Amino acid sequence: MYVAVKGGEAAIANAHRLLADRRRGDRALPAITIEQVVEQLGLAVDRVMAEASLYDRSLAALAVRQARGDMIEAIFILRAYRTTLPRFGSSQPIDTTKMKIERRISATYKDLPGGQLLGPTFDYTHRLLDPSLIGDELVAEPARKEPGEAVMRVSDILDDERLIEGDGEMPEGHVAGDLTREPMEFPMARDLRLQALARGDEGFLLALAYSTQRGYGRTHPFVGEIRIGEVEVELDFPELGFAVSLGTIRVTECQMVNQFKGSASEPPQFTRGYGLVFGQSERKAMSMSLVDRALRTDEFGEDIVAPAQDQEFVISHADNVLATGFVEHLKLPHYVDFQAELDLVRRMRREYEDAGNAGDRKEAAE
Amino acid sequence: MNATEKQDDLAEPAAERREAMRLLARATRAELAAAWQAIADKPEVAAVRGPETGLVMVRGRIGGGGDPFNLGEATVTRATVRLSSGEIGHGQLLGTDKERARFAAIFDAIYQIPAHRPAVEALHRRIAARLLAEDRLRAEETAATRVDFFTMVRGED
Repeated sequence: MYVAVKGGEAAIANAHRLLADRRRGDRALPAITIEQVVEQLGLAVDRVMAEASLYDRSLAALAVRQARGDMIEAIFILRAYRTTLPRFGSSQPIDTTKMKIERRISATYKDLPGGQLLGPTFDYTHRLLDPSLIGDELVAEPARKEPGEAVMRVSDILDDERLIEGDGEMPEGHVAGDLTREPMEFPMARDLRLQALARGDEGFLLALAYSTQRGYGRTHPFVGEIRIGEVEVELDFPELGFAVSLGTIRVTECQMVNQFKGSASEPPQFTRGYGLVFGQSERKAMSMSLVDRALRTDEFGEDIVAPAQDQEFVISHADNVLATGFVEHLKLPHYVDFQAELDLVRRMRREYEDAGNAGDRKEAAE
Repeated sequence: MNATEKQDDLAEPAAERREAMRLLARATRAELAAAWQAIADKPEVAAVRGPETGLVMVRGRIGGGGDPFNLGEATVTRATVRLSSGEIGHGQLLGTDKERARFAAIFDAIYQIPAHRPAVEALHRRIAARLLAEDRLRAEETAATRVDFFTMVRGED
């Protein structure tokens, strides 16, 4: 337990002033603008939006700048900001089949309607540092080509043959839960787990996803499809009697196809894991889909033998704002607690020495 | 009944207004300000609500097409205005730009006045044309990254 302390106001004010100075850095250099962060560090902005669970590119960029590039601090700041705003309502569910595709790949089908569209990917780069980026060399305009046929969903191809489970239905009458309004309870339904995973820490989910590949709760995954692009956000407008489009957001969706499974009532078929993340966040969407599938043990009668399958472990520790809050609170004043512990250790040490152990130690030293 | 069916059933004027609001939500501040500048005999505008910024919980669907789940929130700014002639207009868009939301509400309101319709429709067409060009460009840039994979033959022969 930590305790309230008084004093230190001047030191705190000076520390924050020093922080502002170090954040600004060398005054001979121009300050970076929010627009520059949005345009040139876009994937950092996306990560902050995803894990803060708040879509707003400008505010996320501001948070990145304010946090000096410390991602979890930026996520914390944006998460705190959202608590100051009223909620106007819930959108219609976004329709990813109508996404304006910027990237779409499948590892299960070589040729598929709409094709493999690489988009702006790091894949196939050599990961060599590029000295041309030290300066500001002219960057070529992208190549252009006549768009081909419409992109269809890979899960629909398998679904035509009834070889894959459906998209995911909750029990009749189930209302989607909301982590921001209700305390966490376990066991947790899949809709709530997906909300938690969508805002979960990318590194934590990546590590868990990796653990399933290395045998800790194996799921035999294939990337059915990854797609990145913009979707419309529509909000019902009761005054008008229809839903109105508020604009578009960019999301990344991953459909993971997992090993077939059959039971007494279900024929053998592929199962699925689902990932959906704000912004362009392919690694996160893939990790989310692997962990989503691993957590569905109750649906498939699987034994929980690995951390990635344990929903209480995964969901309780996926949120980096909660995690950093609890870990970092250790640096707050624990003086009283520590004094009590110190007294205890002194007393135990006295008792230990009184019991004659001190003599033994001396002999050992000789 | 899902949302798409509901929208398809809309009567013509409602469908028109819905499309107009979709476009206004995407208008730039410059487009809106220029269009407002060009309007002669501007009506008096009174604020009824906002502009105010809040959140909308964006929902996704499990597996892409299954039951809904809460994905995360987005900032939304909305405004409602009343014209001196009585028309009510609503503006709502993603982000925190109060000026754009107020303009969107004003153009939603004056769209209901026949005398102003041509000017508002011209604005709609400008926004639609820009969006079409942007979408087209992005689709072409994406299409240029389409690959044809060759599967190499495995084995000795």
